[in-house]
Amino acid sequence: MNKRLSVNHILGIRQLQPDDIRLILDTAVQFKDVINRPIKKVPSLRDITVANLFFENSTRTRTSFELAEKRLSADTVNFSASTSSVKKGETLIDTVNNILAMKVDMVVMRHPNPGACMFLSRHINASIINAGDGAHEHPTQALLDAFSIREKLGDLEGKKVAIIGDILHSRVALSNIYLLRKMGAQVMVCGPTTLIPKYISSLGVKVEHDLRKALKWCDVANMLRIQLERQDIKYFPSLREYSMQFGLTMELLEQAGKDILIMHPGPINRGVEITSEVADSSQSIILNQVENGVAVRMACLYLLASRAEN
Amino acid sequence: MAPRLLITPQQLEITINRLCHQLIEVHDDFSNSAIIGLQPRGTLLARRIHDTLCRILKHEVRFGELDVTFYRDDFRRKDLVPNKTHIDFIIEDMNVILIDDVLYTGRTIRSGLDAMMAFGRPKDVELLVLIDRRFSRNLPIQAKYVGRTVDTVASENIKVDWKETGGEDHVWLMQKISE
Repeated sequence: MNKRLSVNHILGIRQLQPDDIRLILDTAVQFKDVINRPIKKVPSLRDITVANLFFENSTRTRTSFELAEKRLSADTVNFSASTSSVKKGETLIDTVNNILAMKVDMVVMRHPNPGACMFLSRHINASIINAGDGAHEHPTQALLDAFSIREKLGDLEGKKVAIIGDILHSRVALSNIYLLRKMGAQVMVCGPTTLIPKYISSLGVKVEHDLRKALKWCDVANMLRIQLERQDIKYFPSLREYSMQFGLTMELLEQAGKDILIMHPGPINRGVEITSEVADSSQSIILNQVENGVAVRMACLYLLASRAEN
Repeated sequence: MAPRLLITPQQLEITINRLCHQLIEVHDDFSNSAIIGLQPRGTLLARRIHDTLCRILKHEVRFGELDVTFYRDDFRRKDLVPNKTHIDFIIEDMNVILIDDVLYTGRTIRSGLDAMMAFGRPKDVELLVLIDRRFSRNLPIQAKYVGRTVDTVASENIKVDWKETGGEDHVWLMQKISE
């Protein structure tokens, strides 16, 4: 097995090799064990400082990263765009370089512009983890999704995963597609024609517009939220109509006639893409995903930190 | 220099038996004692000791496996792959016997002591090793139970082979392969 990552930054799943993905997931298994101990902390990163730069709102990802850093004993600084000099017209490179001048070793960044992390990685001297860049990638979410699937169903190879909802605006969808394809899983995207990118099948995924058929096919259904904040035009007549066509209900699940694993990256819009009944059912692993998120992020931080020094 | 055989399979069996009897002298029936093997190679020895103890005492002895990777002080100097930690008991107020195959600089044991504290505060901790490489310690750490004491220099390496990993039970002294 590989002992180290082939990359210096985790910018997207696209840049990772299958061996990197396996290494992260295997390391995360040990970290999941750590966070379930009476003392949930290990001293591995005690001399590392991590800056969490969030230029976009986040609760789950940010808390998850912060917890992961603290459980690895790293020092953390938090930064959000709304309370910073970005408002005064400072550029991204200047902002980050100023933070790095205070001797920060790693940067976790979420930014509304696709490619922001990639751009930064070429200009600064620190390891970067992408915590979501616009509608581009959200690698740690895809890794934790993969971890959760692997934990429940075993190896990803050959598994059938349907990603349902707003594929067009979803960084989670893109990262998931890259990852699942690299690991040999089959992927289907399902949603209204307007919310599915035109050439998505070139990524090796099936396209389906009927939720019933998608559910019949899949082992895992990953439900996505409608990202109204990224939609500048109307992509469908009304939320009610969307919900009737693509909302996951108990009735639809029962019709599929098998145990489908239900996932959701959050935040959930209950009653839109998924009913409360389904979200809270025994088939749903939504909260497991959140728990696994901390372990997977610990693995990413740990592996990157060990690489940076070597 | 050709590898030198330090311990043969028969000698290893005798050594393990002797170590077990030494342990029983101190820990009696193991009612408040536990054996913890350090991953990855210490666990193989620990399991042998555990099996032998169970056979002699005719009852189960607490056994755990501890991975120290996340507690090491050199993790950013080499690539380390974490192993499984499995300790399904709380070691609070217990007598713990830490087991590793080779005691060299003492750094692994130092991390082991740290890692163990995540599972409670033991009453007493002892160290058992198969091979003690004398005069090469970086830290003030000593083993209470030793299989064999060996004088070595830094350019030498101790290699322990186990039946469980597909070889035969052997301990070799060999020249370090330069990287």
